[in-house]
Amino acid sequence: MRRFTLIAIPYLWLLALFLVPFLIVVKISLSDVAIARPPYMPQLDLSEGWAGLKAFFSELDFENFAFLTTDELYWKSYLSSLRIALISTLLALVIGYPIAYGMARAPDEWRPTLLMLVILPFWTSFLIRVYAWKVILAGDGVLNSVLVATGIISEPLQILNTNTAVFIGIVYTYLPFMILPIYSALEKMDDSLLEAAEDLGASRLSAFWMITIPLSKGGIIAGCFLVFIPSVGEFVIPELLGGSGTLMIGRVLWQEFFNNLDWPLASAVAVVLLAILVIPIMIFQRSEDRARERGE
Amino acid sequence: MRRFSWFNATALSLGFAFLYLPMIVLIVYSFNESRLVTVWAGFSTKWYGELLRNQEYLDAAWVTLKVALMSSTIATVLGTLAAYVLVRAGRFSGRTLFSGMIYAPLVMPEVITGLSLLLLFIGIGLDRGVLTIVLAHTTFAMCYVSVVVSSRLATFDRSLEEAALDLGATPFDSFRLVTLPIIAPAVISGWLLAFTLSLDDLVIASFTTGPSATTLPIKIFSAVRLGVSPEINALSTIMIGLVTIGVISASLATKRAAVARARDEQAAART
Repeated sequence: MRRFTLIAIPYLWLLALFLVPFLIVVKISLSDVAIARPPYMPQLDLSEGWAGLKAFFSELDFENFAFLTTDELYWKSYLSSLRIALISTLLALVIGYPIAYGMARAPDEWRPTLLMLVILPFWTSFLIRVYAWKVILAGDGVLNSVLVATGIISEPLQILNTNTAVFIGIVYTYLPFMILPIYSALEKMDDSLLEAAEDLGASRLSAFWMITIPLSKGGIIAGCFLVFIPSVGEFVIPELLGGSGTLMIGRVLWQEFFNNLDWPLASAVAVVLLAILVIPIMIFQRSEDRARERGE
Repeated sequence: MRRFSWFNATALSLGFAFLYLPMIVLIVYSFNESRLVTVWAGFSTKWYGELLRNQEYLDAAWVTLKVALMSSTIATVLGTLAAYVLVRAGRFSGRTLFSGMIYAPLVMPEVITGLSLLLLFIGIGLDRGVLTIVLAHTTFAMCYVSVVVSSRLATFDRSLEEAALDLGATPFDSFRLVTLPIIAPAVISGWLLAFTLSLDDLVIASFTTGPSATTLPIKIFSAVRLGVSPEINALSTIMIGLVTIGVISASLATKRAAVARARDEQAAART
């Protein structure tokens, strides 16, 4: 009996506040927008019993999903979100790998400090770290002032409100997620493997390609997914740093909901976004499970 | 003895410059007399004064702190319970769904979590405000807590619990006297994680709040949406300062605890 209560408390909490809300989203995505409170129809009327239930289901349809495919704003936003997330992930890998590598090969007594320095930004506010780039990249911002004052450029660069600013923002805020898994893979690596390769005549570069990279593959995969998955649905970074031309689906969902008050369409956008993310999430989960099995 | 090669030293210096320069810029400009970023008009702390006189920011800070304290505490209890169920309860029907519901919120885009909770709250007619933000934050934070705690529970020597039970302890006593002290560091870091996630959250709070409760991130977001604000620079500096002090003192405390433990163990070995 006690075991049952132990299981039931967190179970019911998650059912009520995670699964049920999600089912409501699915249901509303099949409804129609209406000028009412709440602004969608049909409403489920249980007082009419079975007939009410039947009438309710007969009015649900896939109209919103059909609309998502006809209006090019939506599929362009999905594609653009995936593209921005992919480019940012690759940039984060190229920037994060040397940092992780440098940390893993640093003197032992330095490593805890370096690790703390990577984790520290994670504890500081995400919103503030994104905002900092607004101060730096603005037309009259720090970067342009420095570049103009030193005579490198004569006209201020337009970086804020472009996709470039969004790339910088995503790479900056998610970089620790790339560095940490790669670092933990590289830290476990046995140095004698590299020495053996060099003794056998490999150059340092080919030893790096043939030994270090394959051995850190697990960390690279984990880091890429940890950056890619949250980037796709990102709202704050494109909203603060991107321009009006920066299409990202998290932003479209927000606007449909708060500005256009089209709850059914916002729900449909959410359902499709999740369907797109399920594939990378499953691949990630499987590669994590496999890594765990290898570890045991 | 390993030393820094020139390549590693360059990679690390450039990398950490990238991670820290933006924050340093914010701190420096929070002391700028001028409202414009371009012009350095001399050192001044006037933006801190304006910030502390602004009742709206103070109210928002208080709401945020209240929400974070409540949600992280409930999330720690529920998350520890969930971790215990995941690692210790063995097989029960619906276990797959349960572990799915623990892991899914970690990868769920925030806009979807926020939207779905708002639709629930409206559906059941719950007034939106502090309570609904607490419910929302508790739900996603408990999943983070349970991941942190379950990884500690999984590496824990179970025979200690069994010994306590054999010696006549009730299951609750064995949990309270044996399990809890051992997993305590994980529970504390889970609480800290939940607290930080709640302090930091903009998207889910924006969906689930009502006109009565404005959190600090919502306030900051509306202030910086259109441009740079010197008050926010001052606020950022205060927040960065608090986090830095917190993280450094936590790491010093763990280091001191480790040293003390090593000394105790040596003393025990000598006797």
